[in-house]
Amino acid sequence: MEWIQQLINGISLGSIYALIALGYTMVYGIIKLINFAHGDVFMVGSFIGFYSITVFGLGFFPALILSMAACALFGVIIERIAYKRLRNATRIAALITAIGVSLLIEYGVIYIRGAQPEAYPDVFSNRSFAFLGAQISIQSILILSVSVVLMILLQFIVHKTKTGKAMRAVSHDTEAAKLMGINVDNTISATFAIGSALAGAAGVIFGIYYTKIDPLMGVIPGVKAFVAAVLGGIGIIPGAMVGGLVLGVVETIVSALGFSLWRDAAAFVILILILIFRPSGIFGKNTREKV
Amino acid sequence: MKKSKQFWLFIIAAVLVYTVVQIFIANGMMNQFYSNTLIFIAINIILAVSLHLVIGITGQFSIGHAGFLAVGAYMSAIVTMKLDLPFIVGIIVGGIVAALAGLIVGIPSLRLKGDYLAIATLGFAEIIRIVFLNIDYVGGAAGMQVSHLTTWTYAFVCLVITIIVIVNFTNSRHGIASISVRENEIASDAMGINTTYYKVAAFAIGSFFAGVAGALYSHNFYIIQPSQFGFLKSFDILIFVVLGGLGSLSGAVLSAILLTVVSTYLQGYPETRMIIYSLVLILVMLYRPKGLMGTMEITDYFKLWRTPKGGDQHGK
Repeated sequence: MEWIQQLINGISLGSIYALIALGYTMVYGIIKLINFAHGDVFMVGSFIGFYSITVFGLGFFPALILSMAACALFGVIIERIAYKRLRNATRIAALITAIGVSLLIEYGVIYIRGAQPEAYPDVFSNRSFAFLGAQISIQSILILSVSVVLMILLQFIVHKTKTGKAMRAVSHDTEAAKLMGINVDNTISATFAIGSALAGAAGVIFGIYYTKIDPLMGVIPGVKAFVAAVLGGIGIIPGAMVGGLVLGVVETIVSALGFSLWRDAAAFVILILILIFRPSGIFGKNTREKV
Repeated sequence: MKKSKQFWLFIIAAVLVYTVVQIFIANGMMNQFYSNTLIFIAINIILAVSLHLVIGITGQFSIGHAGFLAVGAYMSAIVTMKLDLPFIVGIIVGGIVAALAGLIVGIPSLRLKGDYLAIATLGFAEIIRIVFLNIDYVGGAAGMQVSHLTTWTYAFVCLVITIIVIVNFTNSRHGIASISVRENEIASDAMGINTTYYKVAAFAIGSFFAGVAGALYSHNFYIIQPSQFGFLKSFDILIFVVLGGLGSLSGAVLSAILLTVVSTYLQGYPETRMIIYSLVLILVMLYRPKGLMGTMEITDYFKLWRTPKGGDQHGK
């Protein structure tokens, strides 16, 4: 029952990717910017969770909520300082700024606390139980349930609340939304807040699951979450969830087949294949380019 | 007529710079540290100018340049270390294989635009790095020993050739076609320009010179490891082009010189260096989104003192 085990590992990893990918896809949907700094918000969230558990002695859930709140604030600050002025700039200028913000956060954290890794404390007992012959740890159940709850919450916010409605309107047509009296700036900030909060949650979960965190940990998961967002169709929220899960499972299978050193390449190969054969992603619709 | 005058002025200036530095090095008036910095500046200028052709002239936003640097570095190292051929063969082979890699990467990915192209090139560069990481023949993660063969002469000759080729390409009809792709791809397509051809050609030429730089780079460092060619190396090259001005060759050269000197002095403080780099990137993009020099060349500033470093046809 090796395969069930691998599948469960893949889903746990995939749900972390999915949580990060949601932030990418929401921000891209609304301002058409690849927020490179998103992976670093994930890293900051992980460190906030770490310090609130070790220094303030909080439990898992308070730490998770604290980290989400702090990341939401952080995301809004990044948006207000760096990206707001670039709304009408070229895409390349926005992308380069995002790369700059990402490097600034990474090396700012290294400057403040050094580059040494940190070991996440054990908040949950390492118990596991047998299910269909596979060993399932409490942690992976927990990761999965937290991710599912957050995703349901996100669906609720996007589809049932006024903010969510505004977000959908702005992403559909910013100008028209403005004319309808929607405060576009606040809506964009709200999008950044929600996306960053999800990244913060992903950071804490990642720390619990993989136990080792360091200031450059956000780079690779960030890029892979972007791959997941593109895989599902960028700008489409369910697409990010499915893309994340697919990517996680594929990576785990590649590792399980004995190619663990090639694991990182798998994500990029998927990305390139998707971009070449179906650039709008699994859930995307093909749109024609107009002159 | 004016063109050839500029060309000879440039050659004379280059020979002068070369002779002065070579005399200093030969007499021992310039110690190892400074001559190494000069070689490093030359390598970085080659990288900056080759990426300038892709981003600045053709407008294709590639952030995977370190991948081609890695190809050149490893291929030339294999030629000199494993096959015992002379260094010059290594440089040429490094360049050619990197250009082939550029073709292989470019043909599928240049169908993409903007953000997607950026991510695809980043992905390809990572794949190239992971491939080298997994080949035991070149040492895997531990890296490969390379003897120190890069001298000021090699570095400078490669630099001069790179600049001449890229300036001539920019000023030729191919270069003008590439600029039209940068300005408006749909319009240039409608004017009958084969946009894919020019994008791939610029990409392959850029990759060729990145490979040449890779050959010089690997033979300057005694050891090469896949970890030297990650995202950060690509961003290092990107910042030369962005800071100098997207579309300005002399800007890319100047910022490569400036940033290499700055980073040499900040070598002991890598975090500070990266913080400065990232702040420079953000501030330049917020306040001067076209880079410090925009598409202007240094020759446009000093009309009287013309140096043929840049193309004067696309500056206006």
